[in-house]
Amino acid sequence: MRTAVLRKEPSTIPAAVDTIVGVRGISKNYGNVEALRGIDLDFPRGKLTSLLGPSGCGKTTLLKIIAGLIEADAGTVTIDGKVVRAPGPERAFVFQDFALMPWATALRNVAFGLELRGRARTEREEIARHYLSEVGLAGFEDKYPHELSGGMRQRVGLARALSVDADVLLLDEPFSAVDEQNRRKFQEDLIRLRATQNKTFIFVTHSIEEAVYISDRIVLLSPRPGRVSQIIEPDIDRSGDPERIHRDKHYLDTVDEIWQGLRQYVE
Amino acid sequence: MTLFGYRVPMMASLLVWCLAWEIVGRLDLVFLLPPFSDVLRAVVGLVQTPSWQGATLTTLRAFVTGMTLAIVIGVPLGVLMGRVRVADDLLGMWVNIFSSAPLSALVPVLMILFGFGERTIVAAVFLFAIWIIVLDTRAGVRHISPSLIEMARSYGATRRALYAKIILWAALPEILAGIRLGLIRGVKGVVIGQLLVSIIGYGALFETFSRNFRMAEFWALTIILFAFALLIAELIERAEAKVEYYAGARQ
Repeated sequence: MRTAVLRKEPSTIPAAVDTIVGVRGISKNYGNVEALRGIDLDFPRGKLTSLLGPSGCGKTTLLKIIAGLIEADAGTVTIDGKVVRAPGPERAFVFQDFALMPWATALRNVAFGLELRGRARTEREEIARHYLSEVGLAGFEDKYPHELSGGMRQRVGLARALSVDADVLLLDEPFSAVDEQNRRKFQEDLIRLRATQNKTFIFVTHSIEEAVYISDRIVLLSPRPGRVSQIIEPDIDRSGDPERIHRDKHYLDTVDEIWQGLRQYVE
Repeated sequence: MTLFGYRVPMMASLLVWCLAWEIVGRLDLVFLLPPFSDVLRAVVGLVQTPSWQGATLTTLRAFVTGMTLAIVIGVPLGVLMGRVRVADDLLGMWVNIFSSAPLSALVPVLMILFGFGERTIVAAVFLFAIWIIVLDTRAGVRHISPSLIEMARSYGATRRALYAKIILWAALPEILAGIRLGLIRGVKGVVIGQLLVSIIGYGALFETFSRNFRMAEFWALTIILFAFALLIAELIERAEAKVEYYAGARQ
């Protein structure tokens, strides 16, 4: 076992890669169910890494362990080499169900992370206004969440995560509760944000197409118990028209390759 | 409601019943029921007497004190039960028993404990009102979306901020519903308490009127009480409607 791990290490972290989030030997059980077993992963700085796998593979659990929201039974998470066990200002979370406060306006929701950090009202609202317009919601500052569409609500959630200026953004299936048209637009926006904001993204999804479309790196997890089965780095040029990616041969091949690998868990 | 194709306003049915009361009263069938017009006249006369004004003041004071205590203790207790498993296991059974038990039976015990004075009335109001406030608050806290709490934690909320900025607000619709029901039960508590103690406030007045067969004044006092209970419920309902705007939109 030990030798296997040792042999695996050099291939997953080439010396030149700058690691920001490190996951070492993470295991988690829920009662008798083994959700994660011995996960070792490195997330390179400034990249978008997807955690992809069928339901029950523990990808959301792993993300919440990295966020410090769930405690692991064994193993450690490091940010810039320091072990973390609780949520911290260097990480920001985007929730699957948006997790907006229904009694607060979009502006206050976006500013909430800064409000909790005790920043002055005018200052935090100015920052929130900036990020609301960054995600395309200028003019919606005073709307309440129920007055916004699903896609717009998630944009508020994304603006909240951006406004606290964390180095690592953790996104838990952020587009799964958003309709198809909005999802496409959102994915394009995320590619643009990744290019302009100097941040590391860790992205949980169950959609192969989505993972290949937006990711620099895809970590494939296998279920019961959740383990890393494969790491793929799709070599896709995302500089031009994002629409073009959907017809890129390499994109299509990678989607197909991952599907062949995951197929066994479905049947 | 429509009648023969005409729209009849809500309060119209009340008028019909008042008219029926008037007719039955005029027929002089039962001495218990004087004509409605006499009762109305008695209301006007009653509110001018110092004994009614004094009784109202005593009653209101006991009601407000009891309700304040029930809210100040009930809401935190409900939050505690909603958040802490052990507290819920320990207290849940008792809260459920008390919220459905015939509490009037306990008022004599209160009289032994607190004497024949205002303290017993305050205790009765408290005892009648608190349980539904606890139960509704607990239900509200239980229904808070877990991701909202994870959100607050992930953005670094302290325990205090988590309660003040998330939990209380998220459970507010249920807390207000509990307080509204608690207020109505509190009115019951104040009346039953005073009736049983029967030497202070409205209890003393009811006692005097019914002993001396002053039925018009007796009914006048009853109508005033009913109107008061309805008014309170209506006011709280207005406040609830104001927070409804987001309650309906919760995930």
